[in-house]
Amino acid sequence: MSARMLARSLGAIALLGACATAMAAGADLGQAEKQPTNWTAIGMFAVFVVGTLFITKWAAAKTKSAADFYTAGGGITGFQNGLAIAGDYMSAASFLGISAAVMVGGFDGLIYSIGFLVGWPIVTFLLAERLRNLGKFTFADVAAFRFSQTPVRVFAASGTLVVVAFYLIAQMVGAGQLIKLLFGLEYWIAVVIVGALMMVYVLFGGMTATTWVQIIKACLLLAGASFMAFMVLYHFGFSPEAMFAKAVEVKTGIAAAAGKSPTEAAAQGFSIMGPGGFIKDPISAISFGMALMFGTAGLPHILMRFFTVPNAKEARKSVLWATTWISYFYVLTFIIGFGAITFVLTNPQFLDAKGGLLGGGNMAAVHLANAVGGNVFLGFISAVAFATILAVVAGLTLSGASAVSHDLYSTVIMKGKADGAAELKVSRITTVCLGIVAVVLGIVFEKQNIAFMVSLAFAIAASANFPVLLMSVLWKGCTTRGAVIGGFLGLVSSVLLTLVSPAVWEVTLGNPKGSALFPYASPALFSMTIGFVGIWLFSILDRSPRAAQDRAGFVAQQVRSETGIGASGASGH
Amino acid sequence: MEIDLTTRILNDPRYQELKAKRSRFGWWLTLAMLVVYYGFILLVAFAKPFLATRLGAGVTTVGMPIGLAVIVFTVLITGLYVRRANSEYDALTEQIAKAALK
Repeated sequence: MSARMLARSLGAIALLGACATAMAAGADLGQAEKQPTNWTAIGMFAVFVVGTLFITKWAAAKTKSAADFYTAGGGITGFQNGLAIAGDYMSAASFLGISAAVMVGGFDGLIYSIGFLVGWPIVTFLLAERLRNLGKFTFADVAAFRFSQTPVRVFAASGTLVVVAFYLIAQMVGAGQLIKLLFGLEYWIAVVIVGALMMVYVLFGGMTATTWVQIIKACLLLAGASFMAFMVLYHFGFSPEAMFAKAVEVKTGIAAAAGKSPTEAAAQGFSIMGPGGFIKDPISAISFGMALMFGTAGLPHILMRFFTVPNAKEARKSVLWATTWISYFYVLTFIIGFGAITFVLTNPQFLDAKGGLLGGGNMAAVHLANAVGGNVFLGFISAVAFATILAVVAGLTLSGASAVSHDLYSTVIMKGKADGAAELKVSRITTVCLGIVAVVLGIVFEKQNIAFMVSLAFAIAASANFPVLLMSVLWKGCTTRGAVIGGFLGLVSSVLLTLVSPAVWEVTLGNPKGSALFPYASPALFSMTIGFVGIWLFSILDRSPRAAQDRAGFVAQQVRSETGIGASGASGH
Repeated sequence: MEIDLTTRILNDPRYQELKAKRSRFGWWLTLAMLVVYYGFILLVAFAKPFLATRLGAGVTTVGMPIGLAVIVFTVLITGLYVRRANSEYDALTEQIAKAALK
């Protein structure tokens, strides 16, 4: 095996490993090499920033009450909200990471993206409209509806902040690496720019600005990716078969050049057309699938978007639009990945001496942008990638800030007696704190392998937030004690099992291979079970007077969750 | 919500109908999605050669249309629920609300 082939296979293994363990909607973009300063990209990004700052100014004039700040006054339509939700989900790493995974593994990349998609119908069938009917600002409003407020809010705020923290670190580190790569800026400058702009959007424009930044970015990203996929298909006369055939030929050629016999080379080339090493063992596959599927239904920054629409009908429409756009996006990334095989891997301009991609494995889509659209389009895609991180980070920060101000300050500390202005002030202070913390952590974690963080965020969301939300809404017997103990068990077990899983114990902490106590890629299968069983067990054992009150409150809660009668109106005040 | 309003809605047979219909439909669709997705994952785990079987003379494999079908299914099943909920269930909800709030 030549050095070139070895480097390529190692890259492939590393990439697939990253897929299997993490790399979700915002994963680790890996260590990136600093590139020459790209003025076209910086110019286009500057246009985006100026545009979004105008939107923030407009939004700031509309952001007066707490309801405006948290939920854009409930005035977002289903279609707009669908785009914003899709925007939250289509992060830079899912765009660059999934297209790179397809370039390396072909069909395996498709399996991976399907995992991110299948949670949406579940959200639609079981949660979307009930969330809208019961909640006001945060998912804790729903989870704590009939329970004792303080303990459930404390749990929900912990679940939110832990998920947001891991997701945020992954995004900040990704931003720094990506910007270093695409714009040729220093890592810390990129992290500070992201932190500062995100604070401006959230502080002044609240949910209105955050939503519109997300919508604009979603449109730009979808347009850019559509153009790339169109150009690839156009080249092959719109025949997927011709595209696949060329990709197999390229992969076969690479294998042959690496010294494989013709039969081996042909087999290796054809391997991109079927499942490969993505699924190692069925337990990991199912556990990882569960984290993605149910984690989607427990991500606080996604759940909070259901409160920005006026009613249950619009909430349903927004998930349908989100599902549609996200599906379309994953089909595009699949075509882009195959396009990268045929356009990028065959062009020495994009390859380094060892045959790897210039700038690292995640550059597949970026080089393809250059190949099909030239330097200006490359600048466009780079600017969109930066905008993407910015928009996702703003949404995360807003959701963390509402957990602190609405759940902890207003409900737990002030016992619901805080006025709107004070609550708003606390959320703005929290936004600044979160922004500073995010920048500091982004810089601290620069050299760390943070590939596990997004999958951990999904696993916690699936094991803590989702079970509590589902059981409180659907199961009469659920009590305060059950929800809080079960929720914390899910939270703690998902974190601990991730800590002793290969991705953290061996890859990040550097312990010897095979020493991880927990052998699977994701804890969700086990930690979700612990969460659900915990809620059930501690609820049925709960004989306290509060438990009787909790159970008695179910019928009224159910009536409201099913009909929306009595729900917070369109304006939320 | 006042106890009175809740009792009135609870006693409305249309509310019981709405609750039963929606919950049955929602759980069936959830089950369908779980079966399709985990069916796909199990194929990937246990039937790799099947998914890598060529369709006809070209290089396109059985796995490609199956993968695409899972994506399309996800959108269609979501659309199916939303269509029914936005017409049938919302109409029922409106009747219930009208009766309860008058």
